[in-house]
Amino acid sequence: MEQIESKVRQFLRENFFVDDSEELQEDMSFMQTHLIDSTGFVELIAFVEESFGIEVRDEEMLPENLDSIASLKRYVTRKLNGRVSA
Amino acid sequence: MTLIADPPTHAWALHPGILEIDPDAEADRITHALRRALASPLRRRGYVVAMSGGVDSSVCAALCVRAVGASKVFGLMLPERDSASTSLTRAKKMAEQLGIEYAVEDIAPTLEALGCYRRRDDAMRAVFPEYTAEWKSKIAIRGGREGTFNYFVLVVQPPGGALREARLPARQYLEIVAATNFKQRVRKTVEYYHADRLNYATTGTPNRLEYDQGFFVKNGDGAADVKPIAHLYKTQVYALGRMLGIPREILEATPSTDTYSLQQGQDEFYFALKHNEMDVALWAYNHGVAAGELAAYLGMTPDQARFVYKDIEAKRVATRYLHEPPVLVEKVFAT
Repeated sequence: MEQIESKVRQFLRENFFVDDSEELQEDMSFMQTHLIDSTGFVELIAFVEESFGIEVRDEEMLPENLDSIASLKRYVTRKLNGRVSA
Repeated sequence: MTLIADPPTHAWALHPGILEIDPDAEADRITHALRRALASPLRRRGYVVAMSGGVDSSVCAALCVRAVGASKVFGLMLPERDSASTSLTRAKKMAEQLGIEYAVEDIAPTLEALGCYRRRDDAMRAVFPEYTAEWKSKIAIRGGREGTFNYFVLVVQPPGGALREARLPARQYLEIVAATNFKQRVRKTVEYYHADRLNYATTGTPNRLEYDQGFFVKNGDGAADVKPIAHLYKTQVYALGRMLGIPREILEATPSTDTYSLQQGQDEFYFALKHNEMDVALWAYNHGVAAGELAAYLGMTPDQARFVYKDIEAKRVATRYLHEPPVLVEKVFAT
């Protein structure tokens, strides 16, 4: 879980130029804070698929899976464990 | 960073008259502004209007003629390989009705030389390896209204075959958009050639939905010296169009991007709703109408109305940079 969080934070820092210590709270909604827009989400999906070797299915592109560091951690962990419900 | 909230609510009520205008008075207001703009700040002698055959550019051309006369307006039709032939027919009819001089310049060879089609097709082949230039294609948006995030799909159709679609990975999505943006940027380059040649100004023809929500290409159709209808909702543009005598086939044509070889409605690529509903939603958002009232008026669920509001706000944020001048480290001019 910590390795997932670390990779996600690095991706957000390097691609969205946010100050990690101040702005990237674990449960902060990317969408509601406008950190990530629709193109950003397409990039986020590519990052998740390439970095963790998983396929994000269309029906899994839900806020509860992808809209915060915390939700990404839970989602990627479930996918790596082979169980995710859309 | 700020959290999205419903806009502040006021006593505004939605009713069929919210978008009503006095078309004649509005046309007078715009034509007055168009005349003044030529004197200052533009210091030019007339207007170039790129005419797509759609209602927005047709209305702009008619307003320019009303402002400065037909002899001071130059129409341009700039078709390319993926333009519908009906677009050119409609645009010519409009120009001839207005009595303006116009030129048709096929920009396909320029786009070919720039690699527009090749780069786009290479990206499409990364998704559909059997794709060839004979296939038709478009990008469409999915998700959002169903509660999932928006994502983009590539829709293709082989000759005589059925439609197929696949989600677009980030790299291919960006490549296809970048390649097709050549079209709007080449068009604007040709417009400025004619504007410079004639000592005219260029017009941008976005309506309020497009201008507010960033539905234009920076330094492409977004570049212009004047944008006469950027303050008008699409419904109001149609009202002006009827008053100005825009041909019926233009008023009745479905708004299309005319950028991809498959028919692509603006609502399936960019906007969450059809333009008449989107007009109401944007008006409601701008006037602080509660999501619940918008939902009742448009016959949707409150959650869907909240999504529409969030989408309006998200697009404003995402496309703000399209409106921005270059960032300077310090001010260069005092005022």
